[in-house]
Amino acid sequence: MTQLRRLEAEGVYIIREVAAEFDNPVMLYSIGKDSSVLLHLARKAFHPGKLPFPLMHIDTTWKFREMIAFRDRMARELGFELIVHVNEEGVKAGVTPFTHGAKYTDIMKTEALKAALSKHRFDAAFGGARRDEEKSRAKERVFSFRDAQHRWDPKNQRPELWNLYNGRIHQGESIRVFPLSNWTELDVWLYIHVEQIPVVPLYFAKPRPVVERDGLLIMVDDERMKLREGEQPRMEMVRFRSLGCYPLSGAVRSTAADLTAVIEEMLVARTSERGSRAIDFDQAAAMEMRKREGYF
Amino acid sequence: MAAVSLAEFLRRHEAKELLRFITCGSVDDGKSTLIGRLLHDTQQILEDQLAAVTSDSRKWGTTGDDVDLALLVDGLQAEREQGITIDVAYRYFDTDRRKYIIADCPGHEQYTRNMATGASTADLAVILVDAARGVQVQTRRHACIVSLLGIRHVVVAVNKMDLVGYDEAVFRRISDDCLAIPGIRGAESRIIPVSALKGDNVVARGGGMPWYQGPTIIEWLDAVNVSGDQPLADLRLPVQYVNRPDASFRGYSGTVAAGRVAVGDPIMAVPSRRLSRVREIVHFDGNPQSAASGMDVTVALEDEIDVSRGDVLVHPDRAPSVGRIFDAHLIWMNDSPLLPGKQYEFKLSHRYFRGTVESIQHRVDVNDLSEHPAAELKLNEVGLCRIVLAEQAAFDSYATCRGTGAFIVVDRLSHATAGAGMILRSAAPQGAHHDVSVFWQPTRVRHEQRANQKAQRPCILWFTGLSGAGKSTIANAVEQALYLRGHHSYLLDGDNIRHGLNKDLDFSDAGRVENIRRIGEVAKLFVDAGLIVVTAFISPFRSDRRMVRELVGEGEFVEVFVNTPIEVCEQRDPKGLYARARAGQIPNFTGVTSPYEAPEAAEIEIDSSKMTVAESVDRVIRYLEAQGRLKN
Ligand SMILES: Nc1nc2c(ncn2[C@@H]2O[C@H](COP(=O)(O)OP(=O)(O)O)[C@@H](O)[C@H]2O)c(=O)[nH]1
Repeated sequence: MTQLRRLEAEGVYIIREVAAEFDNPVMLYSIGKDSSVLLHLARKAFHPGKLPFPLMHIDTTWKFREMIAFRDRMARELGFELIVHVNEEGVKAGVTPFTHGAKYTDIMKTEALKAALSKHRFDAAFGGARRDEEKSRAKERVFSFRDAQHRWDPKNQRPELWNLYNGRIHQGESIRVFPLSNWTELDVWLYIHVEQIPVVPLYFAKPRPVVERDGLLIMVDDERMKLREGEQPRMEMVRFRSLGCYPLSGAVRSTAADLTAVIEEMLVARTSERGSRAIDFDQAAAMEMRKREGYF
Repeated sequence: MAAVSLAEFLRRHEAKELLRFITCGSVDDGKSTLIGRLLHDTQQILEDQLAAVTSDSRKWGTTGDDVDLALLVDGLQAEREQGITIDVAYRYFDTDRRKYIIADCPGHEQYTRNMATGASTADLAVILVDAARGVQVQTRRHACIVSLLGIRHVVVAVNKMDLVGYDEAVFRRISDDCLAIPGIRGAESRIIPVSALKGDNVVARGGGMPWYQGPTIIEWLDAVNVSGDQPLADLRLPVQYVNRPDASFRGYSGTVAAGRVAVGDPIMAVPSRRLSRVREIVHFDGNPQSAASGMDVTVALEDEIDVSRGDVLVHPDRAPSVGRIFDAHLIWMNDSPLLPGKQYEFKLSHRYFRGTVESIQHRVDVNDLSEHPAAELKLNEVGLCRIVLAEQAAFDSYATCRGTGAFIVVDRLSHATAGAGMILRSAAPQGAHHDVSVFWQPTRVRHEQRANQKAQRPCILWFTGLSGAGKSTIANAVEQALYLRGHHSYLLDGDNIRHGLNKDLDFSDAGRVENIRRIGEVAKLFVDAGLIVVTAFISPFRSDRRMVRELVGEGEFVEVFVNTPIEVCEQRDPKGLYARARAGQIPNFTGVTSPYEAPEAAEIEIDSSKMTVAESVDRVIRYLEAQGRLKN
């Protein structure tokens, strides 16, 4: 078997294992390319049946409009159950990426995710994270145990041997599951290419209104984005390597307007993927801190 | 990019083979540097990552002015601060020929556990030896674990050749030492002199060692042939998921662990041995006529036979062993030791089986594979164990098929992954068609018949509580009352057990568990003989009491919790034990220096500080009557 088919088979295996062993799993759907691959693997895993679990999107209310449109179209076309969770209290309290800095991600994403998982009593949650994304993820298990407060303890992980995943938990505890653990960014794009998986058009270059702010190219996606002194949105050929909340996602200048062009560009890229997400600039070990707190 | 078209490049990348390997070395052998070198020289490192490492080098680096490539792979905050790696980390890189997954295992305490974890999915192992220090005890240990986990390919990287002046004689000596190690000699192995720091013979050849004509590490990794590593050609398809979208379709999904399955094949489900035939193989990408090892499939059968998750689909004339008893190498990974007789869960081919380790045949010293007697296995110890499951399982030896020969041990209370096992052989007796039930020959007269003869339904009245709570007094009085009413009972207590059957046991944890296990087994035999068994032991641990409860049938274990406040017990102190325990003369005294885990749902609860002995007896007798255990 080729490496890509082996990765696929491994992902399918992991997804089936969770569906068989847990009472109430959920697939976290972030609408990005990794989520698209994950969803595709899940469809393969249960063919000819439907997905035996819902998808859940934690909507910070600041996602790109194109992401939301894509999400709703996918749910309609593929017919999966979609749960959309918003931290309404955060919205009421006026928490925005512009006013609350690093706290914003905490409240609207990490806290919202924990609240949603508890509310629905999900005992397993699939995520699309890959080990090659970032150093602290390199030690992550495929089945990542979380205590009743959704915390991850890097020093106290279950050993994981062969493909024998331990799904035993007590009430309130849960497992985060990462079927794409062994995929690299190139594998993900290649798989999207080979399998012709639809992805959000934001990954492809197009003239978009952007401003340059704190070293990032930020797209002005709607009127909520307050322009600073001297900022003037310009139309530029840009695309996104990684998608999140529009005020925090840096665009890259690019002419890659289709999949092969994107892959070609990636192969000669000089910056790794997460570098264009503003969230990581805070501190060197930012990701590890977030994971301990319950972010993916 | 220039040389080939993008489409051609993508096609090649997609078609690459996958090779998984583990790197082992003791602290400072240069393992992180070697991995950093592999990633760097195969162009996996992006510019911003290199920039981050260059800045980190100033903070944590050990290489003076050079960029410390080890920092590319040292991950978590805590370990960076301590300058060590703490767990298995996975890295990715690729060459034109293959995609590689490295399991990077740290070289210090927890070593066996981490290495076994990394080795469990590896095709090949890279063992580092520091040229300046030569073969160490750890080198032997690495080779032992590698061979225990069944890895057939070994690369020994003799590192830091620059420190010994690239001296060929040094390399030859170390090579000879390595080849004397059974785990290396027995594998398909290759010994390569390298300098991870300078980059010699890792990816590129480097100028320092013109006397070495062999492959560099990466050349060897690209060339190794791992296709023959799975020796079993017979079909093994463990059923992972039963796919029933609607009444018209029922498919069995799983990943083929060995062999090949094709439409029309006769199929047997084990352990049930039900027979059918493959009607179709269903796949999202179009239904194939056959599927080979490693592929995920959904199989639909011609007949509606009862197959569930955990069964294995095989060809009828090529069945695996089926039984409850087997011998396996067990690697213990938990802080609390493995105790024979304790109940665990064993996850094997998608099913959790209840079971116990009946005995430890010997402990294996991972430094030299020598065998030693052992009463328990501690964290990071390895032993050959006899395992007895509560139900029949289908399995192969690990050496023939990892997919149906490996299992994990799960602690029933904490749910921790406590151990990992590799099946060596079935322990079914010769000529018994792999059916071990003959070991447990049912005696001809059935238990109910005896019970009927005695006008009672047998059970165990299990008294538990603190020393001085009144267990023995009440248990004795209950026995008296049963005797007067014409029932047949038997009392097991400290006097007739500790001094006879269990006089070889001490008060260590292993001894205590074994003590209760034997009492449980004796009580079970007496129940089988139709008796009402009365026991009076402190039995402070829930797991022990649960173990006995699970030995006998539903309703046959009656837990009587003599819940007398410790102050009262201590005041009574009939044997002066509390006083001595308080004075520190008795270690591990329940209630004083060792915990008592009260029952959560005892069938009967008695507080002897509030009830007379006669009232307590009355409560027990009334309970037995209400449950229909005593007939008049
Ligand atoms: N001279 C020399 N030093 C090396 C070589 N490889 C590693 N080292 C040094 O040995 C030390 C330990 O290396 P490291 O990769 O952190 O070891 P680990 O504990 O096995 O991961 C560091 O100071 C490295 O720079 C080598 O080939 N030659």
